[in-house]
Amino acid sequence: MTALLIGIAFGFALESAGLGDSRKLAGQFYFTDLTVFKVMFTAIVTAMLGVFWLARLGVVDLASISVPETYLVPQLLGGLIFGAGFVAAGLCPGTSCVSAASGRADGLAVVLGLFTGVLLSGAAGLGGLALYNATPRGSETLPQLLHVPYGVVVFAVVAMALTMFKLAERIRTAS
Amino acid sequence: MSPRPYSDPYVAGTGLGLVLLASFVLAGRGLGASGAFTTVASKVINAPSLHQSEWLLIEIGGVVIGGFLSALLAGRLQWKVERPSRMSFAFAGGAVMGLGAVLARGCTSGLALTGGALLSVGGWVFMIAAFAGAYMLAPLLRRSWQ
Repeated sequence: MTALLIGIAFGFALESAGLGDSRKLAGQFYFTDLTVFKVMFTAIVTAMLGVFWLARLGVVDLASISVPETYLVPQLLGGLIFGAGFVAAGLCPGTSCVSAASGRADGLAVVLGLFTGVLLSGAAGLGGLALYNATPRGSETLPQLLHVPYGVVVFAVVAMALTMFKLAERIRTAS
Repeated sequence: MSPRPYSDPYVAGTGLGLVLLASFVLAGRGLGASGAFTTVASKVINAPSLHQSEWLLIEIGGVVIGGFLSALLAGRLQWKVERPSRMSFAFAGGAVMGLGAVLARGCTSGLALTGGALLSVGGWVFMIAAFAGAYMLAPLLRRSWQ
């Protein structure tokens, strides 16, 4: 039930921001519409600060939240491949579902393409390749990697995001 | 009814961040999307690289409902078909993303958004690589968007 409600709120937030529209997402990569960046980084900063302060106040235990596993080389390569597909499709997996749900046929095409790609990758035995399991780092975080306190990285991400929001607004006024 | 304009990106982003935070607190995990695709695919074929998560499957069902409701309430619900070349790029781009997501063990939701907020090393590596990949290919695909 939690999964369903969280999903509904997730889909609602994406659609209301306009992220069911592939042209709007593609605009990110031609500097004509920076909605993707703004929504994404506002969300990251909000959730990051929320978790940080709730953990500080003892409301949540940071150890009880599962951190995605790191595999450096597969995620670097996978990310580059993913990005190439992203700019061709104009949608990512989550936004393609929202796009299809709002009646856009290209969203449905991305959903079908994704499923095909995932199925073929599985069938081709991607998981059996040495590359797939290369450079595992467990649930390593940036504070652990850099040997600095958690709060310092939180502060740095906020500062970076605010700087980039300012730049993003300048690009909008320039165009 | 004419469609209502989209929300301000910073307002929508704050809302999305609160949804992600709620997921952290209530479910002990973040959001995801590609994991729902791998879960369905793993029911079709048996492959060790395909991550299985019933939670993500239910969550993505919610994403479809939420996206539909938001479009309906804003008067944006409308069957819209793009020209054939754009549809081909959409399908092919989806397939390429599928490969990338399986290799990386996640996508923009599970790695970039969730991992980004939890300061996961892999989340940030994936996010930067995905933007880099997209920006590198973008000039070659400019015509496909016109």
